[in-house]
Amino acid sequence: MITSYVHEIVRGTGSLLAGMKVTIKAMLSRTQTVQWPRQYLTLPQRFRGHIQLVPVESTGYPKCFACGNCARTCPSKCITVKGKKPEGAKKKSPTTFLLDFTKCSLCGLCVESCPVSALGFSKDYAMAGPSRQDFAEMDLLSSLASPFSTQASKEKDHG
Amino acid sequence: MKDINLLHIVISLLGIMGMVSLNAVLVVWLERKTAGRMQFRHGPMEVGFHGILQTLADGIKLVSKQLVAPSHADTALFIMAPVVSLVPIFVAMMPIPFSATILAHETDTGLLLVIALGLLNTLGILLAGWGSDNKYGLLGGTRAVGQILAYKIPLLLTVLTIVILAGSFSLREIAMSQNGLWNAFMQPVAFLIYIVCIVLETNRSPFDMAEAESELVAGFHTEYSGMAFSMFFLAEYSYMFVAAALATVMFLGGWHGPILPAPIWFILKVYFLLFLMIWFRWTFPRVRIDQMLMMGWKVLLPISLINFLITAVVLAL
Repeated sequence: MITSYVHEIVRGTGSLLAGMKVTIKAMLSRTQTVQWPRQYLTLPQRFRGHIQLVPVESTGYPKCFACGNCARTCPSKCITVKGKKPEGAKKKSPTTFLLDFTKCSLCGLCVESCPVSALGFSKDYAMAGPSRQDFAEMDLLSSLASPFSTQASKEKDHG
Repeated sequence: MKDINLLHIVISLLGIMGMVSLNAVLVVWLERKTAGRMQFRHGPMEVGFHGILQTLADGIKLVSKQLVAPSHADTALFIMAPVVSLVPIFVAMMPIPFSATILAHETDTGLLLVIALGLLNTLGILLAGWGSDNKYGLLGGTRAVGQILAYKIPLLLTVLTIVILAGSFSLREIAMSQNGLWNAFMQPVAFLIYIVCIVLETNRSPFDMAEAESELVAGFHTEYSGMAFSMFFLAEYSYMFVAAALATVMFLGGWHGPILPAPIWFILKVYFLLFLMIWFRWTFPRVRIDQMLMMGWKVLLPISLINFLITAVVLAL
């Protein structure tokens, strides 16, 4: 009776000390969080953000030739592609490439289906906006150079 | 020294108020930082250097908020409760010796005074629970009373053990008597019981029965907001300081220590104990109310009684 009483106290104290050892070790080890937005995480190679167009390295124009495979494959129908041939070129180039990110489920079927690997995943994870409309029509062309001169593309867009 | 001078009292009270506020800012920051680091986070980082002014910013926010009293609350008690909880601190800080000469007011029974004033915190909690007309508040208040019955007797028995060792109730003389060997080494059992008791006394996890978020929403301060809430908060952290200061005086040799000046040693020891209490809070899960009472009556009380008797017999021989 009395031995089990003493045994209980000693065992309990031991387990408390073991717990304190765990927390002090955690306290002295590195923190796992970063000070966002001043620091960003380095994302893994295969991180899947929203899709983005891959440029041709030499020119900076999109590799995409507006075949529309991605738009057809997309299960959520959230990609809109329109394309024309720039003057003097053999292949078409996209004039419109819109992503409705409010519907996109990041499945990646568009990236897989692209015949020339013109689509990739971006590493942008810090996205926020005050309204849904901010992400309903994301213009993926805006970050790339355009093979159409601004004057010409305006004429073509507006007929 | 014994005659009470009004100017002396006013200056000491101002000093104590500054001390209480500064201590709250520091300990809350230390608590949040420790909690963060123990969970692999940073804790507050934005306001001031590594978030050191975060508590100040929170305090300003709380001051600017309205105190809403529930419609059926006993308004007088509801408003009185945080005052009853906080004000005794200012008196309880008076006899604490930061060094042989730095203390606000010396009394022959300083130890008893501080422990008696510590009881008023529980009264404040009970008043808050009763006055706020809230079932969680009332449960928290009654739990605090059940808790005080369980820990005050072992606490007083360990204090008595130290008193018969030092031969005085004066905090200054108790600290002076440990010039060579600290009481923590002479009386390790009493020290351990006292450490458990100060966690119980300051209503901190794992014994925060009166607020127990997982069971009672926020317990006695469920209905409190704004400045009244921050007074409870201030009181909690100030009682931690007083309890840790008492432990330093009784067990860790007060201001005694090599090289550094005496007040620095005192503050260092107090903050070590405060860190220990924070460490407990972020390590141990909350015990159930029956487990806590069981521990108080069946473990702390008999062990402190036996320890007291053995000490008395050894001293008599």
